[in-house]
Parts: sequence; C-alpha cells; structure tokens
Amino acid sequence: MALTREEVEYVAALARLGLTGDEITRLQGQLSSILDHIAAIDRLDTDAIPPTAQVIAMTNVMRPDVVTDSLPREAVLENAPRQADGFFEVHAVLGASIEDVSS
Amino acid sequence: MIDPPLSLTDLTAAEARRALDSRELSAVELTEAYLRRIERIDAELGVYLHVMRDAALGQAAAADRRLADGNAALLTGIPVALKDVLCTYDAPTTAGSRILEGFRPPYDATVVRRLREQCAVFLGKANTDEFAMGSSNENSAFFPVRNPWRADRVPGGSSGGPAAAVAAGLAAVSLGSDTGGSIRQPAGFCGVVGLKPTYGRVSRLGLMAFASSLDQIGPFARTVEDAAITLQAIAGHDPQDSTSSTEPVPDYRAALSGDITGMKIGVAEEYSVSGMEPGVATAVDQAIERLRSLGAELIKISLPHTEYALPTYYITAPAEASANLARYDGVKYGLAVEAPTLRETYERTRGEGFGAEVKRRIMLGTYALSSGYYDAYYVKAQKVRTLIKRDFDEAWGKVDAIVAPTSPTVAFPLGARTDDPYQMYLADVFTIPANMAGIPGVAVPCGFSDGLPVSLQILGPPLAEATILRIADAYERSESWTAHRPILESALASSEP
Repeated sequence: MALTREEVEYVAALARLGLTGDEITRLQGQLSSILDHIAAIDRLDTDAIPPTAQVIAMTNVMRPDVVTDSLPREAVLENAPRQADGFFEVHAVLGASIEDVSS
Repeated sequence: MIDPPLSLTDLTAAEARRALDSRELSAVELTEAYLRRIERIDAELGVYLHVMRDAALGQAAAADRRLADGNAALLTGIPVALKDVLCTYDAPTTAGSRILEGFRPPYDATVVRRLREQCAVFLGKANTDEFAMGSSNENSAFFPVRNPWRADRVPGGSSGGPAAAVAAGLAAVSLGSDTGGSIRQPAGFCGVVGLKPTYGRVSRLGLMAFASSLDQIGPFARTVEDAAITLQAIAGHDPQDSTSSTEPVPDYRAALSGDITGMKIGVAEEYSVSGMEPGVATAVDQAIERLRSLGAELIKISLPHTEYALPTYYITAPAEASANLARYDGVKYGLAVEAPTLRETYERTRGEGFGAEVKRRIMLGTYALSSGYYDAYYVKAQKVRTLIKRDFDEAWGKVDAIVAPTSPTVAFPLGARTDDPYQMYLADVFTIPANMAGIPGVAVPCGFSDGLPVSLQILGPPLAEATILRIADAYERSESWTAHRPILESALASSEP
C-alpha cells in the first residue's frame, strides 16, 4: 500500500502534527512499508466475526451521582503554558477563519 | 556470580524485608546504599531520568518510624524505581518526551499512591521509550539506557529503565507498563523477572495512556517471589479506573508452593518461528523440559492466529495512541510553541515536542481511523483481535498455562534496528498476543545465549497470575539463574575504545 505525499500531508493535518518536508518524505516510505506488513490480516475472512474493542466483561460502569472533591483549580492550572483569570488561555477561535480552527 | 560479602543492593526485596523487620538494617541505610550506587554507575547506564534523592531519604525515615512501630506493610522501606509514565506529584513525569519536559503532575498514579501509603521508597523516575513506544529504549528523548550485561546492547523496551534498574542493583524492584511486551521483553533482555498482569488487575489511573485497551502496569524483580510481593502491593479495584477488576486479589506469595505436579502446560507450535536465535531456542526448550521433569504435563496446542497478532497490534495500538496523544496540544501542560493561530500552535507544539516514533504511530493511527480506511483497518483489526482471543479461550479448556520464548533473540546492539521500524516491531512478536487477549504473562530468566540472558514466558488465563507465578517460581527454584548478576564495571569498560 503506497501512500502518496498528499495523503501523508492530509493525515498530518488531521493529527495536527507539524512535519518538515524531510519528515513527510521519510514517513511516506516508512508508513507504506508498515502498511504492506499489516496487509497480512487481509488474508483472514472476518465477515462473520464480531469486533473486540476491549477484553473485559464489563459494560457501563456507573458511580453514584454525587459531587465529590476535585483537584484545586490552582493545581490543575499549574502546568498551563498560559492562563488568565483561573482559565486556560488560548488564541481566539471565534472570528478566526475556518482554516485556522478545522481542517 | 556474586562474591561475598553481599552488598545491600544485592538483597532481594524479600531478604531486605526480613532484615528491615528484624531491625538489622534500617530503611535509611538501604536507601543510602542504593543512592550511592546510582551516583557511582548510573551516569554510564542511563537508568534514571530523575533521581528523587531527598524524597527517598524522607520516605526511608518515615519507613523506619513505621518499622519501629511494628506496622510495616509489604513494601515498607523497599527502594523502588518508577517508569516515567507513572505520575508522581513530587517529581517530574516526562514519559521520556520533550513535550512533557519538566511536567509535574497534580496527583499520584494509584499504584504510586498505594506504594507511598506503604512507605515504599521511590528512588526515582526510570527511563523509557517516548510514551512507552519502542522495544529498545532508544526512543527516549533524553538518552538511551545501556544493558547492564553488555554496554553495547539495548536493555529492551519500552520499560528499559525499570528493567535495567533491577538488573544493575539500582532498585530492589520497579514498576513498568506493558502494552505489547514492554515489561516482559526488557525483563528478558536484562535477565530479570517481569510480570504483565491481566488487563484490569491493576489500576491504570495516572499511567500516561498509550493504548488504553492494552496498557497494564506491572512489576520487575530479581525473583518471582519479589514480583509476587510487588503485584500484591499494587493489585486491586480502583473506583477511579472503571476498567479495573472488582475480583478479589488472592495471596500471590502463598501460591508459590514449588509444586507443579500434574499441571497441564501448553506448548504452541506457532511460537517456534524461523529466524529465532538458536541459543534462545535451545535455552527455552531446556526450560520447557525442566518443567516436565518437575512434574508438569506438556501438551501440544495450536494458537493459529498468532502470526496476525503483530500486524493487528500495529493498527489497534497506534489508533488508540493517536486519540490519547491528542491531549498534548500546548494548552493545558507541557511544551507550547506559540504561533499566530490556535491551529498553528497545535501543529508546531506537536511537531517540535514529539519524537520520530511517536509521530510515526500518531500518523499510522490517524490513517487507520480516517474516513474511508476505518473499516478496512481499525474494524478489521478488532475482528482479528476476536480470533486471537478465541485461540487462547480454546486453549484454556485444555491447559493451565502456556509457555513460549519471551523474545526471538537476546538483547541486540544499540542502533541495530533504529533504521527499520518494522524490524524493531518484530522484537515483540511473542509478547503482543497476550495484550491483545488481555491475559497475564510473566517473563523469567532461563539461561544465556552468547553471554546474554534468555527468557521463558509463561502465559495464563485471565486473573490466573497465581498460577503462572507458581510455575515461574518452581522453575526458578530448580535452576540458579537468579544468582547470576551482571558484572557491571567490566560491562561498562568493554564498551570503551
């Protein structure tokens, strides 16, 4: 499965991963090669097989709907690169062009 | 072999426990001995990303007070290394990544909290492949770890630091994490015991997430008994991890009876692959024969989908990782590379903060989850995962445990596989199936090939840690591999020009 350069750039954009030109070139070859190995699973007929997302026999684990202590706000914000008025601070997205906030 | 007199850092956790309980030894003395040894040799080995000297001495003093009061817990006063993907509120936690350099978590991982409550002594945060992605520890953003047995070899990965710490006498026991073999494979390469518990046996709260349906925390130790003690100290339900099991935790040490008479042990033909190093195959075959002579019944079984586990893993794990690592965006914590727009801030932060292997896996996972490829890759892999799990489910109708090599080779040279990602991935070919099925596995030393440790892997049904530990312990007692320790100074000297 050979990926095109455009496909690599598209996936990087989806992942919000800034890559250099060299990185894109290298990943194009490496990802294509890994996908070739992965293609081995296409040999298996799995039409009648249900998917397994996780292996434990538990579903919908609930807890009582009561308020409990949480971390203090200062502790949560302590590692923030930028904060203001007790919030994480980011660049404005409202009013920005659509290309700036989505793909 | 160790020459007498035995130094304090040669004691097993169980031996140290007895010496501490009888007050022949203080936790502060033991901790100081480890700190001295770290200072003396770790600059060359690269085990620790951060040594918690002051905190360790404080915890040791608290342990001594508790010992004096006569209410010591399992690991009170025992020096422990923590893989640097486990959150500690009093020390940086980096996941071996530039994107988290200097990050101080606001809380402890549940396993860390449990050990802290026991007054175990944290010596420091141990090196790892970045975000636990790798098989050689060469993906650490900071520095590689050298194998204590031979300085030009890798320690395995991703828990290379915790494995080498125990092998080199830089911690009595350690905690790592295993998503596709990251405890068992480095344990094998470093000649120590490494246990991946059943998925859900140990809380994952505060373990930096790699692949959430596969990740599990477990111990490294010099003996099976020490691994059993350490598992005992960390296992059990955690209301804050909804995937953690509510099944009661048995007494693992009580299971180490030394008697495996009549146990049915499966040997799967799919685990003897071409390309396996002859010295590894020989040592593993001899270990399996030893289990027979100890009274176990060997039964040939088939796990026909084994060969598909590796390709399936390299869809599932990167897919989950690509979602989990979305949180590293320069907003909440860690590195932030400011740019004019939010989107560019994300892209530059992640572009500069992540290393090559992490980028590769984010790309692979994002691709497998992207529109148009989701069914062909992600859903297909989930279906194959069902087949892999069914292989094991059928086997448990016939056998109590399954034995296999931990890895197809011994520790390979530093740099030997860094240019070919898939060659690196193949180092985990025998360990990945257990993660896909969520079952427990223990790696136990079973000899040497070319002077480097070989390891036997014992797999069991879900929550059968006591069974596989019993087999591993019976095997360990029948041999003397644990008495072999790396001769560090000469190992380090041999790498010099």
